[in-house]
Amino acid sequence: MSPTTLIAVTLAVPIIGAVFIAAFHRQPNLREAVTLLTAVLLFTCVIALLPQVLGGAQPALHLLDVLPGLALTFRVEQLGMLFALVASGLWILNSLYSFGYMRSNGESHQTRFYVCFALALAASIGIAYAGNAFTLFVFYELLTLVTYPLVTHHGTKEAQRGGRIYLGLLLGTSMVFLLPAVIFTWKVAGTTDFQPGGILDGQVTGLALAGLLALYMFGIGKAALMPFHRWLPAAMVAPTPVSALLHAVAVVKAGVFCVVKVIVYVFGIDLLAANAGTAWLVPVAGFTILAASVVALRADNLKRRLAYSTVSQLSYVVLAAALLAPLSLIGAVMHIAAHALGKITLFFAAGAIYTAAHKTNVSQLDGIGRRMPWTMGAFAIGALSMIGLPPAAGFVSKWYMLAGAMEASRWTAVAVIIASTLLNAGYFLPVVYRAFFRAPVAGDHDHPHGEAPLLMVLALTATAAGTVLLFFLPDVPLALARQMLTGG
Amino acid sequence: MSIAAHLPALQVVVPLLAAPLSVLLRDRRAAFAVVLVAAWTAFAIAIALWLQVSASGTISYHIGSWTPPWGIEYRVDRLTSFVLCLVSGVAAVVLPYSWASIERELPRDQHYLFFTMFSLCLAGLLGITITGDAFNIFVFLEISSLSTYVLIALGRDRRALVAAYQYLIMGTIGATFIVIGIGLLYLQTGTLNLVDMGQRLQSISGHRGVLAALAFLTVGLSLKLALFPLHQWLPNAYAYAPSAVSAFLAATATKVAVYALLRFYFSVFGATAVFRQLPMAELMLVLALAGMFVASTVACFQSDLKRLFAYSSVAQIGYIVLGLSFDSVTGLTATIVHLANHAVTKGGIFLLLGAVAASMGGVTLARTQGMGRVMPLSSFGIVLCGLSLIGVPGTAGFISKWYLILAALEQGQWWLVFMIVLSSLLAVVYVWRFVESAYFKAPRADLADVRDAPATLLAPAMLLVAATLYFGLDTSLTVGAAAEAAAELLGATR
Repeated sequence: MSPTTLIAVTLAVPIIGAVFIAAFHRQPNLREAVTLLTAVLLFTCVIALLPQVLGGAQPALHLLDVLPGLALTFRVEQLGMLFALVASGLWILNSLYSFGYMRSNGESHQTRFYVCFALALAASIGIAYAGNAFTLFVFYELLTLVTYPLVTHHGTKEAQRGGRIYLGLLLGTSMVFLLPAVIFTWKVAGTTDFQPGGILDGQVTGLALAGLLALYMFGIGKAALMPFHRWLPAAMVAPTPVSALLHAVAVVKAGVFCVVKVIVYVFGIDLLAANAGTAWLVPVAGFTILAASVVALRADNLKRRLAYSTVSQLSYVVLAAALLAPLSLIGAVMHIAAHALGKITLFFAAGAIYTAAHKTNVSQLDGIGRRMPWTMGAFAIGALSMIGLPPAAGFVSKWYMLAGAMEASRWTAVAVIIASTLLNAGYFLPVVYRAFFRAPVAGDHDHPHGEAPLLMVLALTATAAGTVLLFFLPDVPLALARQMLTGG
Repeated sequence: MSIAAHLPALQVVVPLLAAPLSVLLRDRRAAFAVVLVAAWTAFAIAIALWLQVSASGTISYHIGSWTPPWGIEYRVDRLTSFVLCLVSGVAAVVLPYSWASIERELPRDQHYLFFTMFSLCLAGLLGITITGDAFNIFVFLEISSLSTYVLIALGRDRRALVAAYQYLIMGTIGATFIVIGIGLLYLQTGTLNLVDMGQRLQSISGHRGVLAALAFLTVGLSLKLALFPLHQWLPNAYAYAPSAVSAFLAATATKVAVYALLRFYFSVFGATAVFRQLPMAELMLVLALAGMFVASTVACFQSDLKRLFAYSSVAQIGYIVLGLSFDSVTGLTATIVHLANHAVTKGGIFLLLGAVAASMGGVTLARTQGMGRVMPLSSFGIVLCGLSLIGVPGTAGFISKWYLILAALEQGQWWLVFMIVLSSLLAVVYVWRFVESAYFKAPRADLADVRDAPATLLAPAMLLVAATLYFGLDTSLTVGAAAEAAAELLGATR
């Protein structure tokens, strides 16, 4: 199969999968089998392109011209490859986890759930492989819309409210800021193609450039830059597998992916570095990192704490990209993969606790590690990755970010990263401490339970192992990041 | 002479003759057959004219071989053939739907009258579009308006009579203003041929009569196209008319009025000093913006879906008029492309609402709650069209929004860009009122066993839904023609 065809197939696999999932809505076992098969096929398709991308090739596909000179095109470069790998790879594990979670919790509308999930992955791949800002925007909006039914899955008043915030903020920011930014880019540059070195050099200067950067950065609401971050905690009303794959991996990583992509391929690092007016992004991202961590520190609901931790961690990527130093950009790219693995582990663990013990708050977790050693062990590894301690992948990305910030002598950024590391430790370590070192409180909510169903434990152990593995073998993401910077 | 040379005349004559024929037949089946054949023939003629224009440029047809400016000229350029295809195409889709739809809504002995009026209305709308003669525009306007009043009054709800009466009064005022405007122009120029008129007006500078004519025509046509604040007739008319009529009117009537406005503004007044000196663009801009925001806000508070989407139409007309206020090729492209995009989108919505009314007995939000569960296809179709109203990529509405924003950016008007996108957020609000009611609430107990409407209703509706998606992805047909038409219109003035 030629690389061009392979791109088309990669995009088609989850869509066709969705059709079959819907067709088998009366046979749950078959439906789940199709989901898993689709996930595996998708991952295979993505990984089949990896050797070529690592070899420096950038396969492309021109789908159709929507407007004269404006086409839906796809081009697989290093950053997109990494995002696609992370999203499709974790979808396999997440599917296994979902089977266990959805069945044990007796969730309704499971067919709709799996269909939307497959479509969300299709949209994510579309974002990852997008060859121009227009295509990126199309799939970005699509991702918002297909994840809306997942966020509001339970159909309750609370879900409806969460859905409103989710849709209002994501659709609102993208329509009000991102769309004008894309159209403006098209108007001044005559193209929206992603090109190494950017397409805006010499077209926009000074204040206009700073404004355009603001339109892009706040327009990409999925990156959850404050003050447009509230959709992420609101999305936590969704079933945990949704929070795990979409609101720790696919959707939010699509956000920071777009941020990095726009900075590197639309603006160009050199253009931004030459314009002092665009430096505002560093303090905004830094503020988001610290403020979100402070909120997380005070959150008792476990999923809420994880959500604010995600807001904070996403801004690491934005901050690292905004520093424009080569090493910090490598850190940004690395962190997309590292945070994905760590955070999905944490969400998996939260869902497992809910399924096995029906507990949602941190304050209820005393001594739970004795009953759920695998789950809480995985949680501990995920927490280490968030804090940025070895032997977890988060250490590698943080190392690069710090090195980049020091290299560029951006001492405020260094201070922010260090302060936030302490905050991260402040809200993750107590959870681990409670789980393993405090005696369980005998109460009326307490009932005998062990680990969650096997599929769920399997999935969260695998992602925890992946987090450790990525620490020892970070070669592929690092190679992709380095190639992205050299433009090869 | 071959038939091909007479296509411009046949475009109007065929549906016009089908009307008396269907009265004479008096049988509902025969009437339906005649009018259906007429409508499909009209569509085929419109396509043939489109191809002729593509091949050999503007067609000028002289009725009775009287040469213009003495005789009546039918003039088909790119914009004309675009609107002809739109109007006859929508009629060709709505008619098969109406057979099953009026079966449920009108007494059988009125069916042949419905088809007669439909055919007349179609002939009138096509006539306004194709004619190159100012007085002829008025005549066809009256034909289409009078038949529209009857069609609305046929509505099952007794309030349809009031709505029709309201529209009759407002429409007559509009028509009177238009005929006064045309009369004044005739006095100034001594001609009724639009092209001739445009040329003669250039030599008349700063005349009070021309100014008055422009004012009368602007008000009259704005009434017909329901420009805010002259839109009061529209929500009731759309809400209480039979479903097929709502869909046909929403997709065509206001669009043809916009077409007439474009003709007068750009082909007749365009090059005159009077037009260039007046703040016409600013006036249209303000009214368009007011319409976009006020009507969208009102739409958010409606409890009847037909009224909700009727107010949305007023807001969308705001977009259309906003485009022409830019007075640039990109702006006019946005206007013209949104004529078609909004027509298929709103046509689809009203056809689906008709299907919903047929199954659930009404389209208030209270009655249709939970319809996502019992009528999955119809609900999903409305959601897709709703996304087009918002302007989500992949739908037709997105293309229109893209060009509108581009037109605003070309003039460096960033504040307008934000007005456009903010008003589309209002569309999110009113579309999501439907989504939340349809998908988060349980259906009413007595309506829990309702099923999706039969294919005779759903198939035509889904065709328009599919068109809404198609024109969002492949725009070579719509944008290509719109850009060409916009260049032609502005080329005539510069």
